[in-house]
Amino acid sequence: MSTPEDAPDPGGAAAPPEPPPAPSEAIRLEEVHKSFGALEVLRGIDLSVATHEVICLIGASGSGKSTLLRCVNLLEPVNAGRILLWGHDITAPGVDENAVRRHIGIVFQAFNLFPHMSVLRNVTLGPIQALGVPRDEAEEAGRSLLRRFGLSEKQDDYPDRLSGGQQQRVAIVRALAMRPRIMLLDEVTSALDPELVSEVLDVIRELATAGMTMLIATHEMGFARDIADRVCFLDEGVILEQGPPKQVFTAPSNARTQQFLRRIVQAGRL
Amino acid sequence: MPVRGSREGAYLDEQTELAFGAPPPGSFELGSRRSHLLGGQRAAVVSSVSTVVFIGGVVALFIFAPGAAVVRHTFFNPHDMKEAFLGNPRKGLYSVGKGLVVNIEMFLIAEVLILFFALVIAVLRQLRNPVLYPFRKLAVVYTDVFRGVPLIIVIYGIGFGVPALYLKGISTQSDFVYGVVALVLSYSAYVAEVYRAGIASVHQSQVAAARSLGLSHWKSLRHVVLPQAIRTVIPPLLNDFISLQKDTALVSTLGAVIEANRAAQIDSSTLFVYSSYTVAALLFLCLTIPLARFTDRLIARDVGRRLATGGAVR
Repeated sequence: MSTPEDAPDPGGAAAPPEPPPAPSEAIRLEEVHKSFGALEVLRGIDLSVATHEVICLIGASGSGKSTLLRCVNLLEPVNAGRILLWGHDITAPGVDENAVRRHIGIVFQAFNLFPHMSVLRNVTLGPIQALGVPRDEAEEAGRSLLRRFGLSEKQDDYPDRLSGGQQQRVAIVRALAMRPRIMLLDEVTSALDPELVSEVLDVIRELATAGMTMLIATHEMGFARDIADRVCFLDEGVILEQGPPKQVFTAPSNARTQQFLRRIVQAGRL
Repeated sequence: MPVRGSREGAYLDEQTELAFGAPPPGSFELGSRRSHLLGGQRAAVVSSVSTVVFIGGVVALFIFAPGAAVVRHTFFNPHDMKEAFLGNPRKGLYSVGKGLVVNIEMFLIAEVLILFFALVIAVLRQLRNPVLYPFRKLAVVYTDVFRGVPLIIVIYGIGFGVPALYLKGISTQSDFVYGVVALVLSYSAYVAEVYRAGIASVHQSQVAAARSLGLSHWKSLRHVVLPQAIRTVIPPLLNDFISLQKDTALVSTLGAVIEANRAAQIDSSTLFVYSSYTVAALLFLCLTIPLARFTDRLIARDVGRRLATGGAVR
């Protein structure tokens, strides 16, 4: 697999966030606030993600992990604050959100594959429709990506024929087919049977090794400890604590982090 | 210490108010009354008897009602029915059978137009482009109005109103054309709402997935939402077309001899014989019942697939 830098620029010249040469700051969140009605889910998030960095977001359900990822992908508009992509403010008015999304892949907890399309068509829809890649070229690229992640035999099947693990791997491949510079993973193993978790985690590990910049919301603490360059603990819409996994998991300084991790250990998940 | 679950057969454990151990003996047997009635053979006997009694009652009503003889003569006269079906030029009778062919033509043309026009209306209401704002509002007004106005009034309005305008090329069309236009106007409002329900049934996460790939709102609709929505609404659409098929009969009120019902009308108005209506009704049933069974099969197949795949539908 090629590293993200030498992938062809898929966005075309019109895309506002032109990725400058690495290394640099890929994502920067400044005082990001997000509310759903009266419920304030993100209450001032500041976060900087370097190119090639892998960040794991941990925290209880409802702490704002998913919302944070959806805001970065502009699936949710922020109420206040800014999000910068390689220095470009993507929350400013007049930004082409479709162009932004072409550089950022997102994978969802519930896979969200298109049930009426074969695996290959799931993977080629984005390149063909959003990037204007010719069909045969897109299919060639899609097939080779599927082969890379051991899904060759499934390319003509419909999603309902696949196991949960296979579906989630297809969803990852679907996002990768857009040649994104950044991947956002939203609790991608939470809906899987325990024995299917590792095949998905292996794919993510491979991406991390290849140098993909990733923001990962996860409940898999062991995985986070292994893969993350930095772990952020979210609690009630703010990042309460962040640092290298070793520090956060073994010597958390914040009382809430300690409490959260104690419960995780009690549940046998760490 | 009391042994848990030791009080077999007791409904509740007194200390914990929870039931433990095996349930009371006989818990899994059917009661005597129900077992008496159920079971293969008995069920067959009961259902046969009930069917015979019911049909016998209806038949008796037709035989013993005070006006039974007159009704049989006017509605079920075999000679008149045959004549109505074939038509009799010497008596000035139109053929109900031939009329039905026109009816089917009208139905098929209207159906194709409705499927297309209604989809345009439904999609229009989903688009966000500010340029389309007046058209979106127009679509809302259109569906509100034509769902609220009875079809017969729409038929009168088009069939008698448009010719009265004396517009070149528009006011000189045949009643067949006016009839089709009225059906399309009225039914598209309903079918657009069926499409819209289908669009609403596609989960928001599908849209999120499509948008996250950089697809525009329109492309998400076109490639992800609509294909799934249309699959979902095929059975309800067929249901609407069953009623469209019979509502084509209402176009007969425009005065031209264009379908079965009209032929029947002329028969009855000249001869006071209603057997031609019976023929028309039977012919309509011959068309709508197969359509209804076909719809049932599609629904059953859909349900089967949902069960087989745990909710995911191809």
